[in-house]
Amino acid sequence: MLRRLLKDKSAVVCVAFIVVVMAAGLLADTVPLNNPNKVNVLAKLQAPSFAYPLGTDHLGRCTLSRLVHGIRPTIFLSLLTMCCTIALGSAIGLLSGYFRGRVDEVVMRVCDVMLSFPSQVMILAVVGVLGPGMMNVVAANILIKWAWYGRMIRSSVIRYGEKGYVLFSKVSGTGAPYIVFRHLLPGVASELLVLASLDMGWVILNISTLSFLGLGVQAPTAEWGAMLNEAKDVMVRAPLQMLVPGVAIMTVVAAFNMLGDSLRDALDPKTV
Amino acid sequence: MLFPMLLGISFIAFVLVNLIPADPAEVALRINDIQPTEEAIALMREELGLDRPFFTRYLQWLSKSTRFDFGATFTNANRTVAGEIARSLPATLELSAAALVIVIGSSLLLGVSCALYRDTLFDRSVRLFVFLGTAMPNYWVGLLLMWFFALKLDLLPTSGGGGWKNLILPAVTLSLTYISTYIRLIRNNMIENMSEEYVLYANARGLKQRTVVFGHVLRNSLHSCVTALGMSVPQLIAGAFVVENVFAWPGIGRLCISAIFNRDYPVIQAYILVMGVLFIFCNLAVDILHCFMDPRLRRSS
Repeated sequence: MLRRLLKDKSAVVCVAFIVVVMAAGLLADTVPLNNPNKVNVLAKLQAPSFAYPLGTDHLGRCTLSRLVHGIRPTIFLSLLTMCCTIALGSAIGLLSGYFRGRVDEVVMRVCDVMLSFPSQVMILAVVGVLGPGMMNVVAANILIKWAWYGRMIRSSVIRYGEKGYVLFSKVSGTGAPYIVFRHLLPGVASELLVLASLDMGWVILNISTLSFLGLGVQAPTAEWGAMLNEAKDVMVRAPLQMLVPGVAIMTVVAAFNMLGDSLRDALDPKTV
Repeated sequence: MLFPMLLGISFIAFVLVNLIPADPAEVALRINDIQPTEEAIALMREELGLDRPFFTRYLQWLSKSTRFDFGATFTNANRTVAGEIARSLPATLELSAAALVIVIGSSLLLGVSCALYRDTLFDRSVRLFVFLGTAMPNYWVGLLLMWFFALKLDLLPTSGGGGWKNLILPAVTLSLTYISTYIRLIRNNMIENMSEEYVLYANARGLKQRTVVFGHVLRNSLHSCVTALGMSVPQLIAGAFVVENVFAWPGIGRLCISAIFNRDYPVIQAYILVMGVLFIFCNLAVDILHCFMDPRLRRSS
């Protein structure tokens, strides 16, 4: 699978791009950039110049610097969301898929309801109850996403559970944890990766949307959605302020989507 | 199936709001600028009925909800929640209906032409549009459209509710994500169906190309689209909150967002309930539609 993936040029480009963006996000403090939160009202809404390569926003803060610092909340919060979702989803999926029985039935009914109910209503409900804030948005996203992973992993576990090597392992008296972690989890890992990379873009969009509405990341933290929210009030005077974060979100999401497509093709070449 | 689902949703809506860490009585007092003293809180609790046991409150709330009585909003005691919802729901439905018309019209047109002129420049550019459409944040598209059509060209009003001119930009914005999804779905379904044997047979019979494409291939391709569309309609209505906020469209999503900021819990509760009910009825409508479209289902049930 990895070899096939390396042959795919667009996948390599996407991975490289994502790695560069993440590195930039991690190194945001060490790179010589202007302070992202330093207000300079005299220099507000400036056009791109040498000191401010992408101009300044309505408070005179450096847009480039805010863009780079915005990588952290945007991408790493999404990563956190995905990791928690996958952890929760696989735990539930593995358990209900391996042990079956009544618990499995209840879990799957809950999944059905979660999957069919409009996700936006759930997000608004959770954020509405917990109140605006970064972590609440992450929690809301996990809550609506885990069911997808739980269901997918459960069905894969059931499929793999009937394979010869798992049955052999069971007969020879191996403990359930060993079978689950050594035999079943690696089997579903690749499918999990595809789904996760396709979903990553969705989560980034979701978190930035909520930040745009003021429900997620709170000011003055730099975040792409929040930057767009600030930019919309000055869009007549400084349209560039609105373009920059939007293009950033679009390219990152597009990279994750493309990567997901490539991963899927590499995993399952016949559906191309 | 309908009744337990409704009951479940109402229970979730009620429980969620009862999980709030803050005391609703205190919140209600603070919002009305009353000093939350012990007595005031006790009085408010009694007024809001918070001193009674959980299930009594749930049953009371439920029986009131079935009569569309959701009580008064926290922010303004003169305004009932039901009144607020009745005022904003039609705007959301209007917006979603307009978006749905755009989605169906344009994705049918583009999806079918993409499948027919496969791998041409036209197909490629539409696929690029589809790809970008799934990667662009909805609200950003809205801002760009607003900037271009309302500010640069000054053709359409920037925001607010009202006439059909105000409707165009929000509806187009709302529909874009779904258009991309459905273009891809229709295109791929058509292409898949075109390699089926019944198409070969229809061609061998010497049927007109138009009959084969529209009468056979398209018809068979649309079945899965109807299912997907049924799931999309509630998503569309629920997802309208982003677009409503961008364009200051006076819909139910905007009501809910401002309720979240004001900690106006009765409004949030009612929003969840109304959306849940709407969602159930949308699913029911799709099931019925399916039976009309597919005679096999009709016979079996």
